[in-house]
Order: sequence, then C-alpha cells, then structure tokens
Amino acid sequence: MAENAAQTSVGQKKAAVGFSRSLLLTPSEDLVGFLSGHLGRAILFCITATSVAAVLLIFYFVIRESIPFFYTGTAASGIARVKEFFLDTGWYPSATVPRYGALALIVGSLYVTIGALVIAVPLGLLAGVYLSDIAPFSLRQICKPVIEILAAIPSVAYGFFAVMVLAPWLQTHLGFSTGTNAMNASLILAVMALPTIISVSEDAMSAIGREIREASYGLGATRAETMIKVVLPAAHSGILAAVLLGMMRAIGETMVVWMASGNASRIPSPWWDVSQSIRTMTATIAGDMGETPKNSEHYYALFTVGLTLLVFTFSLNLISEYLLSQIMRNKRGGK
Amino acid sequence: MKKILILAMFVVVAVGLMSVAGAAEEKKALQLDGSTTVGPVGDAFAEAFIKEKGCSITVKKTGSGDGVAALIDGRCDIAMSSRYLKPEEYKRAVDANVFPVAHVIAMDGVCVIVHPSNPVKELTGAQVADIYMGKIKNWKELGGSDMPIVAISRDTSSGTYEVFHEKVLKKQNMDAAVEYVNANPQAHARVKSTAGAIAYVGLGFLDSNVKALKIDGIMPTRQTIAQGAYLVSRPLFLFTNGYPKLGSLTHAFCIFYLTEEGQSIVEAKGFVSLTSY
Repeated sequence: MAENAAQTSVGQKKAAVGFSRSLLLTPSEDLVGFLSGHLGRAILFCITATSVAAVLLIFYFVIRESIPFFYTGTAASGIARVKEFFLDTGWYPSATVPRYGALALIVGSLYVTIGALVIAVPLGLLAGVYLSDIAPFSLRQICKPVIEILAAIPSVAYGFFAVMVLAPWLQTHLGFSTGTNAMNASLILAVMALPTIISVSEDAMSAIGREIREASYGLGATRAETMIKVVLPAAHSGILAAVLLGMMRAIGETMVVWMASGNASRIPSPWWDVSQSIRTMTATIAGDMGETPKNSEHYYALFTVGLTLLVFTFSLNLISEYLLSQIMRNKRGGK
Repeated sequence: MKKILILAMFVVVAVGLMSVAGAAEEKKALQLDGSTTVGPVGDAFAEAFIKEKGCSITVKKTGSGDGVAALIDGRCDIAMSSRYLKPEEYKRAVDANVFPVAHVIAMDGVCVIVHPSNPVKELTGAQVADIYMGKIKNWKELGGSDMPIVAISRDTSSGTYEVFHEKVLKKQNMDAAVEYVNANPQAHARVKSTAGAIAYVGLGFLDSNVKALKIDGIMPTRQTIAQGAYLVSRPLFLFTNGYPKLGSLTHAFCIFYLTEEGQSIVEAKGFVSLTSY
C-alpha cells in the first residue's frame, strides 16, 4: 500500500509534464483492488437481479398453477371452464357440484375500485392543485409529509376502523341494513388511494415550468383560467398516472375489502345500489386460500383468480409507467 | 478478523445445538395428519406432550379425507377427523389390514346469534337454513319486526362454516347475498352493531351483547352440545389403527383429552370438552 501511495505521488508530481504511466493500476499491480471491484459489481448485480427474478418467478408460478384449472383434458371442457369462469356469477367452490364463476368477483373488484376513484380522484386532484399552485411554501412543506403518513397506516387498521366505526355509522345515519358494503369499502379505499393521487399529481403539476404559467398570466389569463386551461392540460399524463397508481392501490388491496365489503359474492342489483355487500377477487383469494387443499380444483381456481388480478394490475402498471415517462419529458422541457 | 471469529463461533454453537436437538428427537416420534378443524387441538396437545415427554410429534393439517388416507397407507399414526369414516373408507382400510378405532376427544358446536333487540327467540333448523339460502329475507316472516335479514357466515375455509353448512344447510349452497367474515370476534362484532343480523359463532363468544337463539327448542349450552342435543354440534375424532397398545405414546395421546390440561386445551380452542362436572 505504502509503495503504491508513493508511486501515485510521484505520478502526480510529473503530472504537469504529462503522465509517465497510466493512472489506472493494472490487475497485476493491484490484484486485491481489481478482484474486490469486480466482486462488488457482481454482488450488486445479483442483488438487483433478485427483485427482477422475483417478478418473473411470480408470473411463472401463478401461470403454472392456474393452467390445470383450464386444461382438464379436452379442448371443449377447457372452453366451458373459461366460459364458466368469466360469465357465471356463482362462486361455490366447496359445494358437492362446485361452481367457479368469478364474474361477480371481477365485477366486485372493479366496482369498489371505481367507487373509490369517484371519491378520491376529484379530492386528490383538488388537493394537488392547492399544494402545487396555491398553498404557501411553508404550509406545503408541512402538508406533504402528513399526507404521506396516510399511506403508511397499515391496511388492517383501516379495516378495523371500517368494521367497528364506519359500518355502524352507515347503518344508523344512512339507514343501510348492513354496514359492510360496497360504499364502506369504496370510502376506505378512497382514503387509502388519496396520498398516492395527491402526491403524484402534485409532482406532475409542479413539473410544469414557471415560464408556462407566466406566459399564461402575460396573456391576461386569471389564476383559475391558467390552472384549468394551461396547467391541468399540460400535466395530463402525470395526472392520469396518478389516477392509475391510485387505482392499483385500490384494486390490489386485500385486508380492507375483506373486512369492509361484506364478501357476498353477487353483483349489486340495481347496479347503483352501493348499500349491498360485494366480494372482490383479492378477498376471495385471502379468504379461501388458507384451508384449500393443495393441487385441488379449488386451489387452481384461486390461482386463476390471482392470474386475472395480476393481468389487471400489470397492464395498469405498464400504462402508468408510460405516462410517468411522459412527465419526465415535460420536466426536461420537451413537448 | 474478530468478526469472522465471532461468526465462526456462532456457527459452531448453532450446529452443536441442532445436533443435540436432533439426538433428542430420535427417541420417540408420532405422526398426526388430518382435519384442519381438529388440527389446532392436535397442535396444542402435541406441544404439551413435547414439553412433558421430550418426544417428537408432527402435526399435518391436510383435511379429514387426506388424514384417513394417510392412516390407511401407514403414513401417520393418528388421523384427525371432524367426521366419522365413510363406508368406502372403512372398506379400503380393512382391505389394507388397517382397523380404524375412533376416539372422540371433544365436541364442536356453534350457536346461532342475533342482535339483543331482536324479538325472535327461537327458530327451527329449517328456518335457519331458509334464511341462509335466501328464501326468508325479512324478520317479519319469522314473527319479528319488519326488518331485512342480514345473514352473516364465517369464511368457507373455516371449520365453523363446515359444521354449520353440514348440520343446518345439509350441504346446500348458501345464497349469494350472505356476507362472510373471517373470524368469530368479527361475526360477533357485526351482530352486536347490526339490528337485523344473524350469524353463528363458537360457544365461547356468547355474551350479553348478542342473543343466542333456541334451535328446535334447544338452547345452546355446554351440556346440550356435549350431549349432541343441539342441532349444530358434532364430535371430533382421532382414528388409530386398532386400539393403541396401553402405555404407548399413541395411547397416551389419545386419552390426553381426559386430563385437566387436555380439557383446558379443548376449551381454549373453542370446543366443548366431553366431561360434565
């Protein structure tokens, strides 16, 4: 080591008149450094690759375990299974003649998700607008972390609140016969999706540069006009991404819907009756998986539900990734 | 260097401990397999046994049918089951020179509960089945006030659901409007706060916040469940190949429910012990 240091200092002295030798040591001169450099690089690569491999493995296992549900021998029976799964509303996996109709579950998942978005998107966007354009800097510095704490509350705590507080409240104040229903689940999911929607949309709107706003004011637009006609349209891709991320939070949530939605596997009729209980795909997997014998038909059916869910969230994720890359372009002054 | 040394010492100690534990395990071993309902009792019995006798007991919970199959194939010493053997299982066992003997270790019973304000005091088993199959939708059809019935069930993977589904609904499908909750306390909480609710919970969850209904004229109590008089009750079994050799580990396990500790375990797991004192 001391020798190396001496050599380097010699090298530095000569630097003014040009290097007599390469600044990088060759592997033979610094074997330990060479090896530890490469080894470190390899270890870091492995660590990074683990999470990528995890995603691929999850896809592999979920698909592998759901194939036997459809592949039951003949093509006709396979098609009948697909039809039953997507078109039948009867989910009776433990009946003597089991039925695996997941339509009510798929509709249930979409129902609470859309219900949550109807509540959370307007609130989230308005809060985002306020934080990015209206709130004084010091208030914003306080609000943002507090809103982000909302995302850190464990979902079982939300679920507990839904069952113990919100459900009786809905029953006594709105006269619902049951308090654990689509509305309860949507309300709680909306609160859970809010932090994501607020912070991503706020980022998107802040990313729209000051010069665009000033140009708008310069043309005589008011603050409201600037906000609605200039900033929101310019930030639309980021806002869409915020909505999609909020949607993913809502559709993938399990504990809350399992506790708050009532889990009755049917499609509400009439469709707008939010006081009826419904059941989602996530709640079905969580509720049934515990005691389902491995490699039974029911087990494969649950994996098929999981695969459906995975396809949903994966496509949402792809779309939001694309939209988020659009914000990055805006930030660099493109568009 | 120091760190490496400490790490090495750790490994040596850990390996040492494991080999000691391994040596102790080889003395005696017992394999249990079967019902997920009886499983928790089996687990707790095994834990008490391991502490007391230092033997090794493995408890697998694969379902009653699989447990019996494992007994027939000789893959386990004791099969746990929440039902008696089916005739074809018995035939298969005898063909394989296995002679199953049943040991009833506890009774499993669930009570039908409603909100305390509900004037209905008594239902028949058929009426409860009709409620859960969606044929009766309002309490006024049962002599109560004009209020929609909110039927609440346990999740389909629970043993509580299983006994209710078997004894009350006779294995017919529940209506799609029935709500599901994933634990006894939650069913209790929902009934406590919902005027029109009906649900079923383990005997241990009865209190003044909910009202237990008489079914077919019989109130759910420890006695009526232990005697099998209450509709929603069933025995829980251990099956062995022949009556176990007296004094053997299997024998001790199968009569463990008679001890004070065994009975308190049975009660703690939400079942009814067979003794009445």
